[in-house]
Amino acid sequence: MSCSCHDNDPLIPKIAVIKEIRVDTHDVTTFKIVDNFGKKPFEFLPGQCAMISIPPIGEAIFSITSSPSQEEYIECSIKKCGTVTDYLHQLEAGSQIGVRGPYGNNFPIEELKNKDLVFIGGGIGLAPLRSVINYVMDNRDDFGKVDIVYGARTPGDLVHSKDIFDVWPKEKETDVHLTVDRLSENWDGHIGFVPDYVKSLNFDSNKIALVCGPPIMIKYTLQALEEMGFKKDQVYTTLELKMKCGIGKCGRCNIGDKYVCKDGPVFRCDEITELPNEY
Amino acid sequence: MKKILKSNLPELWQKISADFDLFLPLEKNKTLNFSLWKEGEKVNLDRVRTNASPKHLVFPQTETYLKIKNENKKLSFKAVKAKGDQYVLFGVRPCDVESFKLLDNIFLKDPVDTYYKAHRDRGTIISLGCTNPEDSCFCSSFGIDAGSAPKGADIAAWDIGDSFIWKAQSEKGQKLMETIEELFTDIDEKDLKNLEEEKGSIQENLKDLPFNSLDLSKIKGTQQEIFDKEEIWNEFSERCLACGTCSHLCPTCHCYDLCDYKGSSHGEKFRCWDSCMSSDFTLMAHGNPRTSQMQRLRQRFMHKLVYYPKNHEGIYSCVGCGRCVEKCPVHIDIVKIIKKLGGENNEL
Repeated sequence: MSCSCHDNDPLIPKIAVIKEIRVDTHDVTTFKIVDNFGKKPFEFLPGQCAMISIPPIGEAIFSITSSPSQEEYIECSIKKCGTVTDYLHQLEAGSQIGVRGPYGNNFPIEELKNKDLVFIGGGIGLAPLRSVINYVMDNRDDFGKVDIVYGARTPGDLVHSKDIFDVWPKEKETDVHLTVDRLSENWDGHIGFVPDYVKSLNFDSNKIALVCGPPIMIKYTLQALEEMGFKKDQVYTTLELKMKCGIGKCGRCNIGDKYVCKDGPVFRCDEITELPNEY
Repeated sequence: MKKILKSNLPELWQKISADFDLFLPLEKNKTLNFSLWKEGEKVNLDRVRTNASPKHLVFPQTETYLKIKNENKKLSFKAVKAKGDQYVLFGVRPCDVESFKLLDNIFLKDPVDTYYKAHRDRGTIISLGCTNPEDSCFCSSFGIDAGSAPKGADIAAWDIGDSFIWKAQSEKGQKLMETIEELFTDIDEKDLKNLEEEKGSIQENLKDLPFNSLDLSKIKGTQQEIFDKEEIWNEFSERCLACGTCSHLCPTCHCYDLCDYKGSSHGEKFRCWDSCMSSDFTLMAHGNPRTSQMQRLRQRFMHKLVYYPKNHEGIYSCVGCGRCVEKCPVHIDIVKIIKKLGGENNEL
């Protein structure tokens, strides 16, 4: 078995191995991925994506949830919701897959430095934010206060529970605010939708907000932030469109004059305003 | 510049095809397409418009790029190199020559599509001036001169009655002409005069074409404003069959899909043409941002007339070849859309 793909076309994946599997919720699993030699498959920046293939089932793009400062592997938290993800969820540790990347732009780490940050995630939308959050935690003194607002439908749908319950709350100047959509057993925390919770937390509007989640949650959260006095250039979010090539050529993720796979997935909200409302 | 008598063409085709794959406009079952020439094929250099554009030579309709084996849970990948020999493509009209440049802007931009590049590199392109443009041609609207020597052609050629004049424009073109030198003769003043007349006559013919002076600057407004002209988009999309003929025949449409093929002992990944007009183009597990044909039709024309120019110094992603005008089964075409967006109340 060999793979000498280095000088090949950007569409050619390389072989990678699922090193470890962690079941987060009933439909979300986190995969630790290394290359065929046991090393991190490629370097990337927080917010960038990996194209994962399960030949001959198909290929799909996922945000990377591990921090770039993690030297050993990349991690993707993947929700079971389609052809490729159904198969991914059947795989065991040690299984080989195809991987190529990284794709897309990233959250603007340099611009976030010395600023107070508020991360707002919904459901599986915590995955790309976690890459930035852990990067911030690994370089804690470079950034200001951190607030993490995270919600899911039920307590059982909250992903990365170790981080949200045990690790992040203990970090310096970091507050984690969790919520679930409806009254549930074993939950004495906040109940309510993320946008409403964000409003009730009444953050100072001099922070930078990074928002990721399902489209409906993003829509109302952006409205809430605007009402709280956040300007559009203080808010970053991600767009999701169907992607195939990852390099801005196949045309699938084209929206306005942008290609989400190349010019996104991270957009500042004033940039999104200039795009046709097709996401 | 050299010339070759039309009576010597059969010999020319033989000579070129000894060293190259030779693609010419060939007539098969009354349909004209750029196909691989073989002895006995019917070459038609009089009709300017081939059914499909020659983009399949640089961007094949399907192309395997990876072979996959999965044995005993061990996966192996083998990259498949771009296939094909050195080729000569003769008879490309200036609009189609320009379309290669528009495709280059996509595929040769970093990161380079190595398959496209290989197909581009192995080809020698010979253009041919449009002696008899069709009524539905409108290249002049995009600043293309159907009588000129297009920049992207390695050799430019014109029909001057009993002969063709060939003018090498690149090293590749020069080299090809050297290998077939004995079939060509030098041109004299009379030939030059004939060439000027041919160019002039092409210009005259173009002037009379109904769509050749579309004014794209009449499409005014921001990206959002043009996008929001839903009344116009609805008017056209109501009868769109989403058949994809326009994308298929269009020399500048370049959207593609990446697919997996599962054989009994191996798999393949291949690329194939796709169209933003099809309903599952943007379908994701969690939904589809373009659920109506109006949205999909709008995407195709917004891309050609607004998005592509925004990203490529104002160049439109249309060369006025007229194929969509001729072939759309329900007579939706870019000419009508340009006119309508520009404020004209033309009959649909």
